[in-house]
Amino acid sequence: MTRAPTIELLWWEGCPSYPDAIEQLRQVLREEELDPEAFDMRQVETDEQAQAERFPGSPTIRIDGRDPVPPPDGEPFTLTCRVYRLRDGRYSPLPDPADLKDALRRAKEDA
Amino acid sequence: MTLSIGDEAPDFTLPDTDGNEHSLRKAGEAAAAVVFTCNHCPYALAWHERIAAVARDYEGKGVRVLAINPNDSDRYPGDSYDAMRRRVQGDGGWPMPYLRDESQDVARAYGAKTTPDVFVVDAEGRVRYRGAPDSDHNDPALNAAWLREALDAVLDGREPEPAETKPVGCSVKWKG
Repeated sequence: MTRAPTIELLWWEGCPSYPDAIEQLRQVLREEELDPEAFDMRQVETDEQAQAERFPGSPTIRIDGRDPVPPPDGEPFTLTCRVYRLRDGRYSPLPDPADLKDALRRAKEDA
Repeated sequence: MTLSIGDEAPDFTLPDTDGNEHSLRKAGEAAAAVVFTCNHCPYALAWHERIAAVARDYEGKGVRVLAINPNDSDRYPGDSYDAMRRRVQGDGGWPMPYLRDESQDVARAYGAKTTPDVFVVDAEGRVRYRGAPDSDHNDPALNAAWLREALDAVLDGREPEPAETKPVGCSVKWKG
């Protein structure tokens, strides 16, 4: 039996994207035939916690501990909204769903 | 404090990325759009091209767009004056001045909540629209429709519809 990946969604209340991030993650999990509720949510509330968690902004999703869209080297860890680029080049507060799906498939292959 | 529709928009004078000063009040101007924005917020970045297009499209109609970055650059270095300069230079110039509100006094006077947060001001200096550029940061086809409608309404001498929407974006990063 294939092990389901461990998924975490780290979020900061000061950025309004987290409800959409939750919904996006559920949708992607459904489309990948995984349990849409099978992820842990962790709220990041202080800069100290952001440093400790290596949190580059909200939302940050980790699949088996890996960020599907690793931030650039030197990105500060702080309470902020995270900037993603969609595959068509647009800026977005959320990752491209295709990047999440690719990361989930890699995690399944590695399991 | 937050401005309401019909309130007098506070005047200001702020430096752009070339060091030139810009004020809200300008004789003979039909309208102005004051847009609080920044470098580091994905919502501001997602809407940026649409707002820049408004600046280009309305320049010949007596409308100025003034982009203002009020964020605390100590905690958010990506919003520093130098970072603003680099961004504008990297883009090959902007069709609107990008102003630095270092003291945050202008953002405070307007009650700016997010980046972006848009205020349309008429020739008499009254706020006629406040809110988001359009209804979805993720849909470029919307083309800053609420902002354009507000400017068209002011130019046509009618009330914008809607006159107020909820600003959507990252919170303004206040000092202290």
